[in-house]
Amino acid sequence: MLDLDSWQEIFSTLSKNKLRAFLTGFSVAWGIFMLIILLGSGNGLENAMRLNFDRSLINSMRIWGGKTTKPYEGLKPGRYIRLDNDDYDLVKNMPEVELISSQFNPPGQSYVAYKGKSVKYQVVAVHPDYAVINKEDITRGRNINEFDILNKRKIVAITREVEKELFDHEDAIGKYIIVNGFNMKVIAVFKAKDQNSDNKVIVLPITTAQLLYGGKKDISNLSLTIPVSSTVKRSQEIEKNIRNQISKNHKFDPDDDRAIFISNSIERLARIMTVFNSMRLFVWVIGIMTIVAGIVGVSNIMTIVVKERTREIGIRKALGARPVSIIGMIMQEAVLITSTSGFIGLLSGTGLLEFIRKNLPKNNYFYNPEADMTIAVSATVLLIAAGLLAGFFPARKAAKIKPIVALRDE
Amino acid sequence: MLKLENIHKTYYNGSPLHVLKGINLNIEEGEFVSIMGSSGSGKSTLLNIIGILDNYDEGGYWLGGTHIMNLNEKKAAYFRNKMIGFVFQSFNLISFKNAMENVALPLYYQKINRKKRNLIAMEYLEKLGLKDWADHTPNELSGGQKQRIAIARAMITKPRVIVADEPTGALDSSTSVEVMRLLQEINNEGVTIIIVTHERDISRMTKRIVRLKDGLIEDGMVEDIEC
Repeated sequence: MLDLDSWQEIFSTLSKNKLRAFLTGFSVAWGIFMLIILLGSGNGLENAMRLNFDRSLINSMRIWGGKTTKPYEGLKPGRYIRLDNDDYDLVKNMPEVELISSQFNPPGQSYVAYKGKSVKYQVVAVHPDYAVINKEDITRGRNINEFDILNKRKIVAITREVEKELFDHEDAIGKYIIVNGFNMKVIAVFKAKDQNSDNKVIVLPITTAQLLYGGKKDISNLSLTIPVSSTVKRSQEIEKNIRNQISKNHKFDPDDDRAIFISNSIERLARIMTVFNSMRLFVWVIGIMTIVAGIVGVSNIMTIVVKERTREIGIRKALGARPVSIIGMIMQEAVLITSTSGFIGLLSGTGLLEFIRKNLPKNNYFYNPEADMTIAVSATVLLIAAGLLAGFFPARKAAKIKPIVALRDE
Repeated sequence: MLKLENIHKTYYNGSPLHVLKGINLNIEEGEFVSIMGSSGSGKSTLLNIIGILDNYDEGGYWLGGTHIMNLNEKKAAYFRNKMIGFVFQSFNLISFKNAMENVALPLYYQKINRKKRNLIAMEYLEKLGLKDWADHTPNELSGGQKQRIAIARAMITKPRVIVADEPTGALDSSTSVEVMRLLQEINNEGVTIIIVTHERDISRMTKRIVRLKDGLIEDGMVEDIEC
């Protein structure tokens, strides 16, 4: 039944019935193709979202000031709340808070010079924990430390892009550059995270920057982490505690949710996971429907094929074909078509995903669309099995027909 | 060679139809027999039973010493393949296969490899003067050519009996004569041939005529013809 000769017979039959072979194959190839595109797209969306979360630790929070909307203790609404070093100290002393860093962005860009070359860069000033919370990738050198903060040391960390522009091919570590008129030592070169358009950023210790830029106590935002084991509920409680602390310092209604803003990663991730779970379920339902459509398509065509070939089967039986060889013939054909076209669908689906992956510009919404190969291959196997089953019943029916009945069928 | 004893056959499509009502027939090796009768006389049914394409209800049928009765499909296929060659009125060639492949098909079911069976098929096509048409599909051939290909296909397994149901039914008279001449030649090589026909001219070209009427062989109508 599985010898070379019977395959040759199948091949010659198929090559002379191309449209039929194509139609059967198409429904299978299309099913697999769509399944892969669906799974891949789902993963692409999810990966992009995960990548966004990957910019900081998942147990992190970020706090920045807003504008009051409620009157409080005789104060009118509409006041701007600006976070400062006192807030940093307050929050830092809360037992739930593990890592914490302020961020201060001096307004505008600063002139940075090295060996007569002068360029304008964005300055960011932070505490040591910032690099950990935001998963900074330090290529060479060291992170800012407490000692730098305490002594307001004139040191600076720069991105690779800044190093390339200012230092050409020199190693920047240990060299001095002039930032806003002050000599500063480069202590680190780090990899930028594509947040800024040209990635040209320099980082100072926060105390140094507050001193040099006359920022006094002002900070732009706070980032912190809470225990990684915190539940969504616990993280919301902590969020509320932080809000209470800061509200006392700035005298605003703790229920005024526009006075300060807190972005809570744990809560955000949980919310997005429910979206993705329902999306994944949706993708699966559609995927299964597509496969079912493929199975129905194959069964349909196999039934028609057997009907259409009744006479041929009659002739073959009259010439000495045993029922087994008739069943074998129909089923081998079904398997050949479904497996070949399943493979084509698999190949073209993954090919398209690969093409998208390579050519899609980097963005926040769609990243690295990959289909799970195990799922894709099992779907193909499932379709082949369905093709077999779809071929089997009509084939068995055909094999049972008496040759004279089959020959009479005109 | 071939012996039928009191064969009965009834079809049950709606109301029962008693087609064969006790057929007794002996055909010796090398005979060339035509079965004649009006339509509905049961001649095709008789031929189908002889060709093991159909079962009979009652009686007995011996083919080359084997009792053919209620064979399963596998056994029936084996006997059809080994002992019997078929020729049909409507040729029954497979439309998407070329002449050579059609002729070779019975050997496929004897598990003879492709190369060898195609070689044998070519020999037979050559014998019947159809070598140049080997790679043509049936719809590119004339009726006479198609029937000769069908005959080549019937001969390729070297069967002991060739049964032909109205082999000239779809052919014009001159082609019919050609086909009958061909069957006569094959018969002269010792192959038993049984045909069904309703044409007197055709049956005259066989060696013996069996007349069927209402499911019975007409008494005294088994005649021998001098060729």
